[in-house]
Amino acid sequence: MKYPWLNGHKGTFAKILNKKSMKFKANLILILFAGSFLFSSCGQKKSDSESENQIDGEVKIDGSSTVYPITEAIAEEFRAEQPDIQVTVGVSGTGGGFKKFCRGDIDINDASRPIKDKEKTSCSEENIDFVELTVAYDGLAVVVNPENDWIDHFTVEELKKIWEPSAQGEITKWSQIRAGWPDEEFSLYGPGVASGTYDYFTEAIVGESGSSRGDYTASEDDNVLVQGISGDKNAIGFFGLAYFEENQDKLKLIPVKHEGEPVLPSLETVKSGEYSPLSRPIFIYVNRGAANRPAVKAFVDFYLEVAPELVQDVGYIPLPKDEYQKEKSEFENFVQTAKQ
Amino acid sequence: MTKLNQNRIIDSAFKYFGIFCTFFGLIVLAIFIFNILAEGLQRIDWDFLTNLPSRRPAKAGILTAWTGTAWILGLTAIISIPLGVAAGVYLEEYGKKNRLASIIEINIANLAGVPSIIYGLLGLEIFVRTLNFGGSLLAGAFTLALLILPIIIVATREALKAVPKSLREASFGMGATKWQTIWYQTLPAASGGILTGIILALSRAVGETAPLIVIGALAYVPFVATNPMDEFTVLPMQIFNWVSRPQHGFVVNAAAAIIILLLITFIMNGIAIYLRNKWQKKVNW
Repeated sequence: MKYPWLNGHKGTFAKILNKKSMKFKANLILILFAGSFLFSSCGQKKSDSESENQIDGEVKIDGSSTVYPITEAIAEEFRAEQPDIQVTVGVSGTGGGFKKFCRGDIDINDASRPIKDKEKTSCSEENIDFVELTVAYDGLAVVVNPENDWIDHFTVEELKKIWEPSAQGEITKWSQIRAGWPDEEFSLYGPGVASGTYDYFTEAIVGESGSSRGDYTASEDDNVLVQGISGDKNAIGFFGLAYFEENQDKLKLIPVKHEGEPVLPSLETVKSGEYSPLSRPIFIYVNRGAANRPAVKAFVDFYLEVAPELVQDVGYIPLPKDEYQKEKSEFENFVQTAKQ
Repeated sequence: MTKLNQNRIIDSAFKYFGIFCTFFGLIVLAIFIFNILAEGLQRIDWDFLTNLPSRRPAKAGILTAWTGTAWILGLTAIISIPLGVAAGVYLEEYGKKNRLASIIEINIANLAGVPSIIYGLLGLEIFVRTLNFGGSLLAGAFTLALLILPIIIVATREALKAVPKSLREASFGMGATKWQTIWYQTLPAASGGILTGIILALSRAVGETAPLIVIGALAYVPFVATNPMDEFTVLPMQIFNWVSRPQHGFVVNAAAAIIILLLITFIMNGIAIYLRNKWQKKVNW
């Protein structure tokens, strides 16, 4: 019998427990101990093929869940190159990541928005110097329900009218946005106020980061927004372009008109900057002290090297090739000055 | 006569209402489990259990997540069982029944109801920062141990209460000291109840995410932890991460990981029920 304790009376586990003394407690702890070591020892594969340019060390990354898929992809490929460097990635959010970054707890912060002045101050108080590297672009998609047949595009002004704080309780019907649209109430969906996506959208549309009306359905999980919008004929929502691309059959993407013609977000229009103002750069921030460590240096070099392919692989939009070159030399300069 | 009829109608109405209430929870649960199984079962294979996290849903696995969960479970048990059982024994056997005792009692009961994220914040301040454990397995295990201590203490006390006085008195009558009575008579007699409580408490700890996110559990960990100071991820973290990804493949992965997590919880609850039955049969008084 493989699992005697599941079947019955005279199994080993039962016997241990049957001894009327309290020994079993010690045994139980032993079993748990042994168990955890057993668990931890299986699956450990260390490659013995250590060539000369293999280094070891660790790279601690935390930050935005928007940037996470890119960093995860790069960390995964990096393992094939440098199996002895342990790269870990957390998802505390851009702000949460900067808190750790400015305490010196982590080496790299994934950020879906630039660092705020407040965060800069707290970094300099701890004598943390850093470099900002742009690693990709993300488009914010404005979407509605596919059954919505009256809408062809939004202008930035219309989006502002819908989302600004003073619209709360005032602007509630389609007809108030543009004459000719139905006299029905719309409902709004968007990421939660803690996300970098929300910060960016409000900054680009309302004009002030973090300022919007409060009466909208907010979720940290963009899939929930997709669900909500796809089941609500009068929905308007926004989130990262990758979430639209995976759910094209459930949503209708709306072009946004800024100056000139309405533009649909796509690989080309985001990359060229044509889809403005709702395309944003996303960053990694590297700690100066950490950049001096060979493991971190190797990881960031690799990051900028493979980003063009991998960024697209996970649904984001890569920078033009020469931009990556620029970021690379900026990082190189940063490391050189750090050494002096 | 009409009064009688009326009462009969009320009676049977209440019966059907009761049946409805019983099945409401069960049916919702059944739908949920069926959905998860339909989505995730095909995804579970050996590779899924032994692969590292990956950006490709079909290649991604939960090795680091489930080993992290096993580590957390083991460490939490080691920390919380001695503390919880000893505290329960003290309160039930040694502690005097005075004002202080009732204040402690009320507070333990209250602690059992504190939201888990509060324990996370406490753990962040005490274990991660003050004691400088960092976002390690040890910090996570201490935090979860605090979280389940009240449950273990209460279960221990209830189990000890259920041991009849005659057993203790017989032991004292044979000349045993208080310590001998507790160690050789009372605790073994109560151990079915205590173990059940411990296992149910641990299976609660297995599913906790919020406190671990707060203390800094990671999402991507490409190595299996080798000592308690290593950083870690756990199954609920991995599930949470996958559910919020845009690609449908990750949702399937999440369903598969949920099945594994449910399996762990079911097995632990199964052990708890088995132990309870075992001791109920064995102890006669």
